[in-house]
Amino acid sequence: MTGAFRTKTGGRIDRQKSVSFQFDGKTYQGYEGDTLASALLANGVHLMGRSFKYHRPRGVLSAGSEEPNALVTVRRDGRRVTPNLRATEVALYQGLEAHSQNRWPSLNFDVGAINSLMARFIPSGFYYKTFMWPRKAWDALYEPIIRQAAGLGDAPTEPDPDVYLNTYAHCEILVVGGGPAGLAAALSASQGEGRVILVEDGAELGGSLLIERDALIDGQPALDWLASARQQLAARPNVTILTRATAFAYNAHNMVCVTERLSDHRADAQPGEARERLWQIRAADVILAQGAVERPLVFPDNDRPGVLLAEAARTYLNRYGVTPGRRVVVATGHDSAYRVAIELQAAGVEIAALADLRPTPSGPWVERAQGLGIKVLKGTAITGTSGGRRVTGARLSPLIGMAQVGKPDWIACDAVLMSGGCTPSVHLWSQSRGKVKWDEALDAFLPSEAAERAICVGAGAGRFDLAEVLADGAQTGARLAGLKTPPAFHVEATPLAPRGVVGAVPHDRGPNALAFVDWQNDVTAKDLKLAVREGFQSIEHLKRYTTTGMATDQGKTSNLNALAIASDLLDRPIPAIGLTTFRMPFTPVTFGTLAGLARGDLFDPVRCTPMHGWAEAKGAVFEDVSLWKRARYFPQGGEDMHAAVARECLAVRSRAGIFDASTLGKIEIVGPDAAEFLNRFYINAWTKLGVGRCRYGVLLREDGFVMDDGVVGRLAADRFHLTTTTGGAARVLAMMEDYLQTEWPDLRVACTSTTEQWAVIAVQGPKARDIVSRLTSLDLSSERLPHMSLVEGEVAGAPARLFRVSFTGELGYEINVPSDRGLEVWEKVVAAGAEFGLTPYGTETMHVLRAEKGFIIVGQETDGTATPDDVGLGWAIGKAKPDFVGKRSLARPSMSDPDRKQLVGLLTERPETVLEEGAQIVASPGGTPPLALIGHVTSSYASATLGRSIALAMIQGGRARMGQKLYSPSPQGDIAVTVCAPVFYDPEGERVNG
Amino acid sequence: MLIITCPYCGPRPEIEFSHGGEAHIARPLNPAALNADQWTDFLYLRTNTKGVHAERWRHLHGCARFFNALRDTTTDKILTTYRTGAPRPDLEGLTP
Amino acid sequence: MAEPLTMAMPDLQLGLSPAQPLVRFNLRCREADVAACSEALRLDLPTRPCTSAENGGRSALWLGPDEWLILTSDQDDPSSHLTATMGDRFFSWVDIRARQVGLVLTGPESARRLNTGCPLDLDLKAFPIGMCTRTVFAKAEIVLWRREVQSFHIEVWRSFAPYLKGMLAAAG
Repeated sequence: MTGAFRTKTGGRIDRQKSVSFQFDGKTYQGYEGDTLASALLANGVHLMGRSFKYHRPRGVLSAGSEEPNALVTVRRDGRRVTPNLRATEVALYQGLEAHSQNRWPSLNFDVGAINSLMARFIPSGFYYKTFMWPRKAWDALYEPIIRQAAGLGDAPTEPDPDVYLNTYAHCEILVVGGGPAGLAAALSASQGEGRVILVEDGAELGGSLLIERDALIDGQPALDWLASARQQLAARPNVTILTRATAFAYNAHNMVCVTERLSDHRADAQPGEARERLWQIRAADVILAQGAVERPLVFPDNDRPGVLLAEAARTYLNRYGVTPGRRVVVATGHDSAYRVAIELQAAGVEIAALADLRPTPSGPWVERAQGLGIKVLKGTAITGTSGGRRVTGARLSPLIGMAQVGKPDWIACDAVLMSGGCTPSVHLWSQSRGKVKWDEALDAFLPSEAAERAICVGAGAGRFDLAEVLADGAQTGARLAGLKTPPAFHVEATPLAPRGVVGAVPHDRGPNALAFVDWQNDVTAKDLKLAVREGFQSIEHLKRYTTTGMATDQGKTSNLNALAIASDLLDRPIPAIGLTTFRMPFTPVTFGTLAGLARGDLFDPVRCTPMHGWAEAKGAVFEDVSLWKRARYFPQGGEDMHAAVARECLAVRSRAGIFDASTLGKIEIVGPDAAEFLNRFYINAWTKLGVGRCRYGVLLREDGFVMDDGVVGRLAADRFHLTTTTGGAARVLAMMEDYLQTEWPDLRVACTSTTEQWAVIAVQGPKARDIVSRLTSLDLSSERLPHMSLVEGEVAGAPARLFRVSFTGELGYEINVPSDRGLEVWEKVVAAGAEFGLTPYGTETMHVLRAEKGFIIVGQETDGTATPDDVGLGWAIGKAKPDFVGKRSLARPSMSDPDRKQLVGLLTERPETVLEEGAQIVASPGGTPPLALIGHVTSSYASATLGRSIALAMIQGGRARMGQKLYSPSPQGDIAVTVCAPVFYDPEGERVNG
Repeated sequence: MLIITCPYCGPRPEIEFSHGGEAHIARPLNPAALNADQWTDFLYLRTNTKGVHAERWRHLHGCARFFNALRDTTTDKILTTYRTGAPRPDLEGLTP
Repeated sequence: MAEPLTMAMPDLQLGLSPAQPLVRFNLRCREADVAACSEALRLDLPTRPCTSAENGGRSALWLGPDEWLILTSDQDDPSSHLTATMGDRFFSWVDIRARQVGLVLTGPESARRLNTGCPLDLDLKAFPIGMCTRTVFAKAEIVLWRREVQSFHIEVWRSFAPYLKGMLAAAG
């Protein structure tokens, strides 16, 4: 037995396959093909959640993605927990474990429901009005309370083990929605040559055809026609059908994002399986066949479990073989509810009454219902319900005129079905920035002017008659596919009058009756009235003040009623009030889908140098520098970083070290105007740089601030090899291309990135020449290869560009060899250096060594507001040059203000004290905040070479403060420092000439 | 995600491109001759157009060329694209 | 590159370009000198965007209006002949043989798998055999060159290659 409310036959469930599942710890039975909501209803369970603000008990309202109430958490195991799923969309599988939300300790008894008793004291804008003062109460009281109350569901605490995929797709025609309009559109569009993608939210194609019992299409029952349409589509090679796939975002230029659920519906889904796939579909044309959403009626106590939308009840009956109750009251303002009543009666449900707000409803459906003996009460409003966790009766009152009601009648029932008519779903259309226009005849906003190549068809365009819907889809598909004659479908169906009712149902229940407009955010007609009375007149303000339409359902069931009520209160027509904008996503999307594969190891490319494996094998500790992994230090025998760096520094200063500098950006500049280009680009003068010589170059932005630096070597009259910072390589090349392409296209010069062409092996220290000379026949003497020069030749058997440069202050070489030879040459250098005590060192040691020499690091000493002079590089400027990038800005008066921050050295009073990088500097000790800050520490290290700490700092007017005592405030008190020159070691620079 | 028509490669997705700010702002040939206000205008002042805006794009992950586009900043429609150095096209006759 | 860049699945294979070691040059040359450059290289440099040309083991891939990727083998280095022939004409010829690696992706799944990270339309009509372009695959820049209906040559900077392979393998 799978539930007392299951019909004997019918529905698209598999009655051979019984499925057991848990809801809030209790086990129930359902069938394969059920949703969680349909299976619970079959078991007579309507109560599926609690509302957000008042914690009122709530039953399922709908049967689709518009569901505001039945939000559940589905839990597979500790790691696979998904909150905020709509029970109406959760496919049932064996062992499904679902939990209701927003209640504590249980759904049936919820402490927060006290809010419901307090409802009259929690009006719209409550939070704005209440949590205002005193200021102190925010941290202690208000924020904790709000935090406790805020949020829907609980976020999982462990990493998501599942895999989320991505794919880009292209098609000529994208059809969103697999109902009759979408099917007709896809059938006709795919007769052309173009690629068609059909996206359906549900588990199978069909939409409203899946519950159609009345109509015949081409002489067949709708379900038979549907089966053949599906077959035809599946057989066409140019058609891609996606089911369980939600188009959630309509982005610019016809990029529609779709999330396809791959495994959520399967009992055997394993952790680590692909769970969802994000489709980023670029379509030449988009056909939106999103259908329509039924409107609830806004009447007092309309949120009791057991009150649901009439068409939802029809879906539960025809698709799942489930009845909403045994004795139901139908309240309507629209023909479709008659059809629901007739079909339910045929399934054995007693229709206690059908109350129609319209004074004189007529037409075939009305006649048929009356003919079947259904008690139809014309001109009757529903003005209340009774019951606690389930509705037990409906209060029906005769309408007197349009706004008043007469003496009520109570009718016992266990379900109330309501229908205000259909609201065309214009969500994606609205996301595409398409405009909507109010249609008086339909009481609906319909798509009007398109912003993209999109078109709405079917119910989403206000066409509700099945024949019209199919024709609309077929003709639109044909037109976009360039067909001369669209396929035609012959429909026999009993017509429904399209118009329904909007706004609040009149009642005599007084001002405090709770007639809900927005179920999920607990917004009532009364809240809207209060907001209007308080002066909120724009719909955008009303929305934010009352929060109507702002829940995860985005007001799918509530927006139009809210508008109609506002229109009534403000006495302005609905189009004058305007519709708020629908935002993406259409329904909530998992973070996994948005992240895709970009997690863990694949979050970003991890760039490794050719020598990475060697460093790894030697136990190097790595650090991230932009996308690169760089060896930071090579600890030996349990050394910490401090000890390792001290050892590495001393080795370089006393013998030699080997360092992987491959990540340096490299650019080859080629052409007869290469020197001229560099003249205009870098601050330095290049014309006189001889072939085979190098120079330290500084690059500014046009605003005069240091952007990058590096070494430029001249390989030939028309060829330069230059380096950039590791992180600046792409930026510098892009800037070069910018100037060459757009400012100086006359220059005959081209720039090519060679960053990864060359592995760079730096050998630094007094023994560097001894080591490198073992590996090459090149003349390394200072006469032939002095400091800041280069030579091309063979090193360790590989073609090399050998630079004699130093970022350590020692005699040094940088051996550039093709990357694929890098490791081999590195190992040969290591072997040759063994007898000289050659020591591998990492970036941390490199930083200490260069700081001892006062060499800046762009981005560490500079912060985008430093001029060359600020960081002591004024000497590098080619003074005779008429222009270079940034030169004009350097002439601004403020750029030569003597009080600018300038690079200096700092020595702490106590040599073992190492300042914090980033620490502020003040002129006098013991002040109370706010202190006058005159500078900050940019680099700070313990220098093993000097046996004390050193620091570089940017200090206002720093160069005029030599010998001054300044202070660095710290949690432990002010640290006294003395200003000194920024070069701590070998100030004469003799050692590079060794 | 926009589709941008590179004047060389044709229509391509936005992620292949980088934006380059407002177009038709030529670097002065002799910056030294500019007074402070003129230089400030060149460096910092941009039109911040609401409506049709001439802007630079670079097909960074494509042909790597800079080019210009006329984009309506209120709708994100790109009316046309044209090569660097070409004059800004007349709006007449351009439909998105 | 600790892990191999190859993989083999029933519908998809990734391998190093069979012409390894492949030799690569970046060529920059202006319109007026394209003919001379073509002659020197014995290869008609394609001037139609995103097309390629091949002759006697040498290939030229159009990357930009003044930029080509020249692929050849290490037995065939045109550098000195080109330099001698071009004389005073301006061109830029930079050896980038070790900058990137050449991978070949083949199999009935190849286009679909590429589309898990590459946003271009890889339908044969939109991306025919012989078409080549710089583009992106997820967060890596690549040069994509269609050699056959189900076979693509991919050039990628060497440090991005393990990421590219990892993404292709995980893409499903």
